[in-house]
Amino acid sequence: MPLVVRLRSAVCLLGRFPALAGVDLDVESGEVVLLSGANGSGKTTLLRLLAGLHRLYSGEADVLGHDLAVDRRGARRGIGLLGHETGCYDDLTVRENLRFAARAAGGDAEASDTALERVGLTAQAGVTHGRLSAGQRRRLALAVMLARDPQLLLLDEPHAGLDAAGRAVLDTVVASAPDEDRTVIIASHELDRTRALAGREIVLAGGVARDGVLEHASQAVPA
Amino acid sequence: MNLWREAMLVAGKDLRIEARSRVTLYQVLPFGLIVVLLFAFALDPSRGVLSRVAPGLFWVAVLLAALLAVSRSFAVETENGARDGLRLSGLDPAAVFLGKAGAIAFQLAVLEVALGAGVALLYDVELRSLGLLVAAAVAATAGVAATGTLYGVLAAGLRVRETLVPLLLLPVVAPVMLGATRAWEAGLGSATSDGWPWVALLALFATLYTSIGMLAFGPLLEEA
Repeated sequence: MPLVVRLRSAVCLLGRFPALAGVDLDVESGEVVLLSGANGSGKTTLLRLLAGLHRLYSGEADVLGHDLAVDRRGARRGIGLLGHETGCYDDLTVRENLRFAARAAGGDAEASDTALERVGLTAQAGVTHGRLSAGQRRRLALAVMLARDPQLLLLDEPHAGLDAAGRAVLDTVVASAPDEDRTVIIASHELDRTRALAGREIVLAGGVARDGVLEHASQAVPA
Repeated sequence: MNLWREAMLVAGKDLRIEARSRVTLYQVLPFGLIVVLLFAFALDPSRGVLSRVAPGLFWVAVLLAALLAVSRSFAVETENGARDGLRLSGLDPAAVFLGKAGAIAFQLAVLEVALGAGVALLYDVELRSLGLLVAAAVAATAGVAATGTLYGVLAAGLRVRETLVPLLLLPVVAPVMLGATRAWEAGLGSATSDGWPWVALLALFATLYTSIGMLAFGPLLEEA
């Protein structure tokens, strides 16, 4: 299977702090990978690096065939990130937020309506983002991600704030990803739930710099 | 999608947000009108001072209101991590720049019509050349919107953006202030000079900053 993610000694700095201090990672197309580790271990940073939102300081990082050191925009076109925030606009309705995201990604109204239906927010289509509950906002963020039809899903604590129905929707999206030619990387502390979804687990430990030399501080641990 | 369709998408999104939040209508517009009104109180209308300085006062009011519009345009991108959403959207940064600048320009145009009516009512001005006034306003508005969008994104990720944007923007748009004032002086008959060379200067400024913005917006959005 072709590699969707290929990291070699990838270093990412937050300010001067090496949040990722030399990460090696290979993820094949269609895989569902769980990223686990303690708070501050760099899970979110790794996802944001893969999404092209953080800059690669050193090492190599290829995502969807794009070298992140030179072409982050190219990689982003195929990436969907479900982060801690929704990335939506408070004064736009659920439908308007979705249509904006879908059209920006080259999709159409049908793509946004399908995503809306899939996450079970059809009844709230006319409600502005600012009036949604935390769980509904999480569902909308999931729908926005799906409306863009990404090849690589990056999910950061995706179950947080979701009710049982929302969690079930999310699990269905993750479980069906390989059949839809999608690859998924999930960062989560809810290991019991996410281990059941993932085919492989990567344990990330915090990167530490000593004497000005950045060290490898992560290790891949097959489940 | 091509550049213009993407720009229209972003402009439509920003204008829809403004239409729903009504910040421009309830805050920016009243602010501009209050500035115009305060000048009318501060300067004696009976000596003809107001009619002579009306062009300058009008553009000062527009620039101050523009600061609010620019800040608002980037404030909506900081809520809920929308800026990350914009970066991940796949939109061409040049199109995002054009869309945001276009939305700001549209709001400023509406503002200028309202403030223009206020100036006509309060400042006892005489209209000589409507074409000159409109041409100068279009070019100046484009220049202010382009510059504001460029400096707005520069300060977007900073906590001090509300205070930094005026500090960065006002010195840069001084040529717009000068050119628009001179052109409007000619258009309102408070000066005998030809206003069209000033319109040309304004158009040059707008073209220059639109070009710079289209090139620089992407890198600045990445660093914001």
